[in-house]
Amino acid sequence: MAYPVAITVNGTAYEREVEPRLLLVHFLRETLGLTGTNVGCDTSQCGSCTVLMDGVAVKSCTVLAVQADGSSITTIEGLTSDGKLHPVQEAFWEKHGLQCGFCTPGMIITVVDLLNNNPHPTDAEIRHGLEGNLCRCTGYQNIVEAVKHAAKAMPAAEAKPEEMREAVRA
Amino acid sequence: MTTKVMGAAIKRKEDPRLITGEARYLDDVQLTGMVYAAILRSPYAHAKIKRINTTKVRKQPGVVAVYTGEDFKDLPALPCAWQAEAGRIKNNVNTPRVLEIDRVTHTGAGVAVVIADDRYAAEDALGLIEVDYEPLPVVVDAEKATLPGAPQIHENAPNNICMDWAIGDKDGADAALQSSDVVVRQRLVNQRLIPNVMEPRGCIAQYLPASEEYTVWMTSQDPHIMRLLMTAFVFGIPETKMRVIAPQVGGGFGTKIFLYPEYCLMAALAKKVGRPVKWAETRRENYIATTHGRDHVTDIEVGANRDGKITALKVKTYANLGGILSTIAPGIPTTLYGRILSGPYKIPHIYCNVIGTYTNTGMVDAYRGAGRPEATYTVERAVDLVARELNMDPVEVRRKNFIPADEFPYTPADNILAGLKYDSGEYEKALNKALDMVDYEGFRREQEQARKQGRYLGIGLSTYIEICGAAPSSWIGVGPTGQGWGAAMWESANLRVHLTGKVILTIGTQSHGQGHETTMAQIVAQELGIPMDDIIVQLGDTLGTPFGYGTYASRSAAVGGMAVYNSAQKIKEKAKRLAAHLLEASPDDMTFEDGKAFVKGSPDKAKTIQELAGAAALAYSLPAGMEPFLDDITYYDPPDCTYPFGTHICTVEVDKDTGQVQILRYLAVDDVGKRINPMIVEGQIHGGIVQGVGQALWEGAVYDDNAQLLSGSMMDYAVPKASFLPHIELESTETPSPTNAMGVKGVGETGTIASTPAVVNAVVDALSPLGIKHLDMPLTPEKVWRAMRSAQSAKM
Repeated sequence: MAYPVAITVNGTAYEREVEPRLLLVHFLRETLGLTGTNVGCDTSQCGSCTVLMDGVAVKSCTVLAVQADGSSITTIEGLTSDGKLHPVQEAFWEKHGLQCGFCTPGMIITVVDLLNNNPHPTDAEIRHGLEGNLCRCTGYQNIVEAVKHAAKAMPAAEAKPEEMREAVRA
Repeated sequence: MTTKVMGAAIKRKEDPRLITGEARYLDDVQLTGMVYAAILRSPYAHAKIKRINTTKVRKQPGVVAVYTGEDFKDLPALPCAWQAEAGRIKNNVNTPRVLEIDRVTHTGAGVAVVIADDRYAAEDALGLIEVDYEPLPVVVDAEKATLPGAPQIHENAPNNICMDWAIGDKDGADAALQSSDVVVRQRLVNQRLIPNVMEPRGCIAQYLPASEEYTVWMTSQDPHIMRLLMTAFVFGIPETKMRVIAPQVGGGFGTKIFLYPEYCLMAALAKKVGRPVKWAETRRENYIATTHGRDHVTDIEVGANRDGKITALKVKTYANLGGILSTIAPGIPTTLYGRILSGPYKIPHIYCNVIGTYTNTGMVDAYRGAGRPEATYTVERAVDLVARELNMDPVEVRRKNFIPADEFPYTPADNILAGLKYDSGEYEKALNKALDMVDYEGFRREQEQARKQGRYLGIGLSTYIEICGAAPSSWIGVGPTGQGWGAAMWESANLRVHLTGKVILTIGTQSHGQGHETTMAQIVAQELGIPMDDIIVQLGDTLGTPFGYGTYASRSAAVGGMAVYNSAQKIKEKAKRLAAHLLEASPDDMTFEDGKAFVKGSPDKAKTIQELAGAAALAYSLPAGMEPFLDDITYYDPPDCTYPFGTHICTVEVDKDTGQVQILRYLAVDDVGKRINPMIVEGQIHGGIVQGVGQALWEGAVYDDNAQLLSGSMMDYAVPKASFLPHIELESTETPSPTNAMGVKGVGETGTIASTPAVVNAVVDALSPLGIKHLDMPLTPEKVWRAMRSAQSAKM
């Protein structure tokens, strides 16, 4: 049985018919072909699949596509605007906050959410804020550095991509 | 003045695609007409497969095909690349089949496969396959597996022993122990770890019947080796009939070195169904079907005299190899373990005996450090145990036994390194720097004060060495003096300067997070004076890259990097000869600096490398006998391995009520030789340290008595999180390796090798007032709390 859903992803509205059990991450990756969001586990531990749903970080392996009906999703592909990297992306590059890169899209999205809620976090707050995202390469140290760098580089409002600000206003 | 690119913290060239989601990992690759495979895996750790009924699956909507092991009877079991020192010792080999046919020896072994139009349909169908198993008795523990009455897993392996390997001088070690002032004996358990690489494994295979060609995409650290093993040892076809592509690879830590059944299965299926087939490993599968690491039980006897001098080290290790052998499983607890048991110390007598055993557990093979963390843990715990026994400061015992800086190259005792020599080292310098950083005396005073208040503070050291840059082919390989690995270990690089002055560098190593696209380009940029932006590094595809052995064993810089360096020298030489011709000068008078060739002393009349690349490509005026184009290749076989070293120090506080270990400070002074890119070096060390700390404090695979993996998901296995760790403080010393022209040593595994004993030594030091001399990892609050309780009640 297929259900119709209307989901806005990175500013583009999509209407599709989906199986009720289809995971949001598979909707993004396979239905829409947005493969930047990765799947690293099957128990909602690793956070590689983190996306913003109406401005809030969610693990898209734990959301059904039908639950996302009517919502606005931002994936890693949607953070860059007009070819310009988001300050959090810039910071990860600058501070070597990634190695293999697999956890990175989810990690970056989580950091965007973290800085939205707490524009000037302490080290402890950053480490606590990253608890839902696993990285096996960096030992987290340069990710923490990247978050601090992004926090400095970014006025609080800029943390939010355009459509997210609209979603929040609405 | 030459611009310094080597040694500069240059931002990584590969990052833009990784931070934007543009990178294409295995599961991101989609092919027209592709179908999905799901594998039915044995829930039993040891069982006979009596019957498999797939009738119901065939009627399931979306299912394309279903197969069992019987359908792949014609394919041999997978190869094992370790041939037991070229036949000098006895061993046996039992390796997986594409799908097991009549017997399984660990949970997770594949017994059937479903192919369907999408992954949901494939997974659904698995539940409709009926398998009739006859469960057999199981054994989990490597030592118990060898005892009389243990269940026998393989017919050709009496007492479940795969190999019984010994090096060093047993009589010499025994005699030295007998005449020592003290002998300390201790059992050390180096628990099994689950690597938890963030990208699970996967494979896509395509077969074109008219040309009889396979293309196989896989999550691999060594695509050339994969092609060789699959074509020559499994499919029996020419290498030319297969292309292996490693797309963006999301970490490896060793687990992606090996040839797994699923890769061969996908290739076989692609031919059978005539469509491209994808298998993307789930995390659950990753826990049971991808290799694990470590899992040693080791009894040590270490002798010392009252002055702190160690007299002998005798080691007996049971190494758990799992139910079936992965590609290089027996090579890890032997070549890469026993041979570095001297550590940074002058130990006059060493003997090591390793018994590799089969048990009904998952496969065990190289995991970051691969044998060297186990050896380092053994040596560094041994030194601390000696210090404790002699009531000496562990720093002093280390100083007394260090190989002095003027004794390099150093040959460890009793030929345990089989002819190789430590290249260079200033062990005490790194130690002193680390002691300064931590304020060792100050910490000891603080510890003394804390003890008076009933608080448990501890400090632990690890003054490690590591063997990087594997390896001279004559040493590692199957020749008369070799270690019996079915491989050489040279590395390749093809450097082409195109007409436009842009460089394409193709290499045989395979980055999966290390940043080769940046560091290898830095070598070229430094040597040829070409801007970083003009250099592209291509890797990971057997089409278009020279044969190479891949990335593992911290070898990419010291071996692969040297291939790049030597290719750059060849290009430089040719460029100088061409410039001499164009400038009408003698080739002997030419020099090359900063991207220009000129007559020595006349830099104003120079030809740039870009001009020379153009001239070499257009080729209208070349010196007699010179071929067109600036293009050269190197196959570099290292004369020896490289030997990084350093000191890691950890300070901890153990909560007296809960047993919780809190890391107060973690600091490290690492000497990895010349550093190509210090930012990347530090990143490697950070990550390694956290994996090693993870082993010390939190991680561990747990099997129950039925050989079921209890720690079978990320919910049950403690992968370290950001909040578990403090800020790591790093410093370095730099002792160039004399083994290679760049002076590099290697860094990929140092953190993992060094860190584990530093943490354990710190916790044991903290608990020493209670009389606790050793605790086995992981040092979870429960384990520490129980140890404290029983130590306290023993005192009462």
